[in-house]
Amino acid sequence: MLLIRCPYCDMARPELEFRYGGQAHVARPADPATLDDAAWGEFLYVRSNPRGVAAERWRHAAGCGRFFNCLRDTVSDRILATYPAGAPAPDPAAPASGSGR
Amino acid sequence: MRFSFLNVARQALAGNSGWPEQWRSAEPKAAYDAIIIGAGGHGLATAYYLAKEHGLTNIAVLEKGWLGGGNTGRNTTIIRSNYLWEESEAIYEHAVKLWEGLSRELNYNVMYSARGVMMLAHNQHDVHSLKRHIHANRLAGIDNEWLTPAEANAFCQILETSEAIRYPIVGAALQRRGGTARHDAVAWGYARGASARGVDIIQNCEVTAIRRDAGGAVSGVETTRGAIATKKIGVVAAGHTSVVMAMADVRMPLESYPLQALVSEPVKPLMPCVVMSNTIHAYMSQSDKGELVIGAGTDSYTSYSQTGGLHIATHTLEAICELFPMVRRLRMLRNWGGIVDVTPDRSPIIGRTPVAGLFVNCGWGTGGFKATPGSGHVFAHTLATGEPHPIAAPFSLDRFRTGRLIDEAAAAAVAH
Ligand SMILES: Cc1cc2nc3c(=O)[nH]c(=O)nc-3n(C[C@H](O)[C@H](O)[C@H](O)COP(=O)(O)OP(=O)(O)OC[C@H]3O[C@@H](n4cnc5c(N)ncnc54)[C@H](O)[C@@H]3O)c2cc1C
Ligand SMILES: [Zn+2]
Repeated sequence: MLLIRCPYCDMARPELEFRYGGQAHVARPADPATLDDAAWGEFLYVRSNPRGVAAERWRHAAGCGRFFNCLRDTVSDRILATYPAGAPAPDPAAPASGSGR
Repeated sequence: MRFSFLNVARQALAGNSGWPEQWRSAEPKAAYDAIIIGAGGHGLATAYYLAKEHGLTNIAVLEKGWLGGGNTGRNTTIIRSNYLWEESEAIYEHAVKLWEGLSRELNYNVMYSARGVMMLAHNQHDVHSLKRHIHANRLAGIDNEWLTPAEANAFCQILETSEAIRYPIVGAALQRRGGTARHDAVAWGYARGASARGVDIIQNCEVTAIRRDAGGAVSGVETTRGAIATKKIGVVAAGHTSVVMAMADVRMPLESYPLQALVSEPVKPLMPCVVMSNTIHAYMSQSDKGELVIGAGTDSYTSYSQTGGLHIATHTLEAICELFPMVRRLRMLRNWGGIVDVTPDRSPIIGRTPVAGLFVNCGWGTGGFKATPGSGHVFAHTLATGEPHPIAAPFSLDRFRTGRLIDEAAAAAVAH
């Protein structure tokens, strides 16, 4: 089970308190009607699914209820950083601000 | 050497020292007519049917680890074809028909056992959903029948069908032709058949890059055992498909999740069938060795770690203990994980890609073992002819552009 630091509550809590929200930083197109099918399909369905550092959304469902983002190594499952929604992804090589497991 | 009564008797007398190796251990050649990436059941079946039905024998199957060491060797081997949508019914039923004759076809005992797969209903929604499947299956000529709790109990006597449990069983759907098979034997049997027809199976050979020519078409692969030229590649890499496809700059509608299973200590035969409950997430069968084979769920997050969280397995065991009270004191022997490639509609992707010469067979997610023979059969056709097999055609990568999804996700919520 992961131990995840909620950046709002500023506490490391067990994974069971959280809901996974999929790949982070997938921006909804500002004007969907102008997109062709390929671009819309890409937005809806295509995911990076990296083997290595992934930026992903989590929601502190049983805590503050808010969404935030997280950098995690998908091979070791080690969490490298967590940061508020809307903030840019930190450099994964920089010292960790999230909590490991 | 064929497996026959005579040969088994001869070898027994000779102390079983004369059996030859089951497939050649091949060295990579400089070039092949086609390369399959991934020696799981699906990749090996593809190679077998390419050689047998399409006469393509100058081909290689490249495997980064050992043959069958991916999800093929890690799954709980449930086989069934009672899916909801016509497209799915066609491909899974194609596979079940091939399973029925597979041991004979391969001259290799894959231990296909049509012992029946029973899926439990615990509430009104389950009843509606399972009955809808039964009716859809009946229209497609696929067996699937409704059982009352008493009938379910008669079919599997260790099942708790009283009102005393948290989510009492209110009925069940039974596919009698569903069942299990021996996972390793499927990989070994296809490997043996393909190798005998000239296919090179190369283990410990990881593909690290896909080469393209000036026009963008596939021209070869780079591997940990050197570069190999080819104009046709079939990617059959299950949980690692996104990683392999990225080598050709193709982004996929896939996410990779850990999925776990467990087996108990072996005991005498106590259940004759497979029992599944999607609602409380537990399923169980008994192997011929006597172990109870139990499947857990996926973790909530994507990962390539090949291990799942302990709370996921615990959750399933709680449900198992509730459904089968008599197994409560059994000890678990092993617990492991595989990485499954999940599509948004929980249906596979089989066919062409935007890159000329590059084909893909993936997205089987949590439930592709049952499809192994059918998947290999239709994908071989697609690779050999360049055109999708009619059964595979609806499962194109392009459906995520056109929107013609085959939504087994909504239909089943869980699929195995
Ligand atoms: C715990 C668990 C339980 C399951 N239970 C069931 C079930 O009951 N019924 C069912 O129908 N399905 C089940 N499944 C799903 C099923 O196992 C898979 O859908 C199926 O086995 C996929 O077959 P495959 O041959 O494509 O994959 P695999 O056997 O995983 O083969 C893919 C191969 O590709 C290789 N590979 C990857 N990258 C590279 C590379 N770069 N170079 C070379 N080789 C590479 C891998 O090493 C691997 O051997 C389960 C899966 C798991 C994990
Ligand atoms: Zn919080």
